[in-house]
Amino acid sequence: MRKMWQVTMWAVLASMLNGMPGLADVTAGNTNLQIEGSTTVGPIADEFVEAFKRIHPQVSITVKKTGSGDGAAALIDGRCQIATMSRFMKSEEFQKAVAKGVTPVAHAIAMDGVCVIVHPSNPIKALKIEQVKDLYTGKVTNWKELGGADMPVVVISRDTSSGTYETFSHFVMGKSRMFEKVEYVNSNPQAYSRVTTTPGAVGYVGLGFVDEKVKALEINGVAPNRKTIQSGRYPLSRPLFLFTNGYPELGSMVHAFCTFYLSEKGQEIVEAKGFVPVTNY
Amino acid sequence: MKKAAQSEAPAAEFARSLVLTPAQDWGGWLLGKAGRAGLLLITGTSVLAVLLIFVFIIREALPFFRARGLGEALGETEWYPTHQPAEFGMLAMLFGSLYVTAGALILAVPTGLLTAVVLSDIVPFRVRQTVKPIIEILAAIPSVAYGFFAVLVLAPWMQKNLGLSTGTNALNSSVMLAIMAIPTIVSVAEDSLWAAGSDLREASYACGATRAETLLKVVIPAAHSGVIAAIVLGMMRALGETMLVWMASGNATHIPTPWWDLTQSVRTMTATIAGELQETPVGSIHRHALFAVGLMLLSFSFLLNLLTEHLLRRSKRVAGGTKR
Repeated sequence: MRKMWQVTMWAVLASMLNGMPGLADVTAGNTNLQIEGSTTVGPIADEFVEAFKRIHPQVSITVKKTGSGDGAAALIDGRCQIATMSRFMKSEEFQKAVAKGVTPVAHAIAMDGVCVIVHPSNPIKALKIEQVKDLYTGKVTNWKELGGADMPVVVISRDTSSGTYETFSHFVMGKSRMFEKVEYVNSNPQAYSRVTTTPGAVGYVGLGFVDEKVKALEINGVAPNRKTIQSGRYPLSRPLFLFTNGYPELGSMVHAFCTFYLSEKGQEIVEAKGFVPVTNY
Repeated sequence: MKKAAQSEAPAAEFARSLVLTPAQDWGGWLLGKAGRAGLLLITGTSVLAVLLIFVFIIREALPFFRARGLGEALGETEWYPTHQPAEFGMLAMLFGSLYVTAGALILAVPTGLLTAVVLSDIVPFRVRQTVKPIIEILAAIPSVAYGFFAVLVLAPWMQKNLGLSTGTNALNSSVMLAIMAIPTIVSVAEDSLWAAGSDLREASYACGATRAETLLKVVIPAAHSGVIAAIVLGMMRALGETMLVWMASGNATHIPTPWWDLTQSVRTMTATIAGELQETPVGSIHRHALFAVGLMLLSFSFLLNLLTEHLLRRSKRVAGGTKR
């Protein structure tokens, strides 16, 4: 009887929330959700949880940000229902999962495109990925070496614990380290404001933080925008995933969470965090 | 008893027996003991808190020292906590903390002490009573507000007018830290100059000393321990500051070359902990390394604190309760 009442309540609530597919029929059954994995996807998951809790106050969700590898391991061991990953699962991880009776299913929830930005007065318009790397390894310390003005380069990076750093370092740095004079800031807005106020600066932020006060460079001849990032033509872009064991049961909370990115609110969150939604809404 | 005393003539109060009944005697004794125990407990809490902080940090830092040893922490400047393989050299941050603190002191100590002298001995009393609280308000501004100012105003200004390539550097942090340390220095130093007392000053004038001589040769030497304590407190303020240096120092992990060049960006111990601890996985070597940084910082400020205690004790002995 009580459950019936709850279900009706949720149905009423859900009917009020139009434009949110996948949220309509969450039963009050499983209210404990464990999410673990990437530090890049973590902030999106955090915001999703917050918005999600407003719709489903009975839900208790824990988000752990330990790294994509840890997320995969947790999913395989059954320690979490959803693994957040900034890369696709490796074949060894798949094999391990299948051996344990877990079938990983990927849900691409957002695209991550990192823009390399400079001061608008900087004449440089485009760089090759290797040239960006040279800037960050200290091989190039003056813009004139890249055909720009005679001005020392001020290299700005995000803190090494951030997901944006992880993405940048994955695509640009590879196995090399940034040199010791790289300056670190702890948020996208701070990286943005350092570049707007420093003529010789180079930094990187998510696409959501680029506007006319900074200049986003073309990388390998491709300018970063929503289209080139979504299609993957822009070299510093990659999809971000949620992994579940099998496709989540329809109407379950896991299903609702994994489809939350399709809702308007979900896409807004993705954009607000500096990522690119997978769909155009 | 009290009621009776009020309603009757005061003489009745004198008629009361002065010998306590056994119950009153015991009650008083117990109350005294209980009060003492209660106060001891309250004092104990803060002492215990300090001890627990030490125990906790040492326990979290120990796995790092066991895995990497003190040699890597204090012998290397390379801090690449998330790189493969990870490196945890803390020397550059130790120097970074020293740089910004020293820079702040060079700017804040002369300014702060001069302000203290002016307030205690030169301007009229009314001016002192107005100006001192205003200076102390500086201490109430949150450090993140100073940080915004440093990044958005001071850094671009330095780039434009001093021709520096980067505005977030050791100099920027030092200037801001100096502004933040000045209220502490002024307040404590002025109190101790004030406490030197008017009799001392008048005695000096009576001996024929001029005002300047009195100030430089009598008052300041008499209050020197308090003045030193003020400097040490200001130093601790600068050393422990986190948000401002994380925003304004640039956080480049290197020892500047040449070593005296304050216009290069540096990274401090506090900024590293604040910037990285939040996102490190529990139980990872990176996290333990950050606690090791914390232990270094704590030991450092603990030593400074002991020094302050010592100086403050001496200051009290010199000033000897001759407050006006």
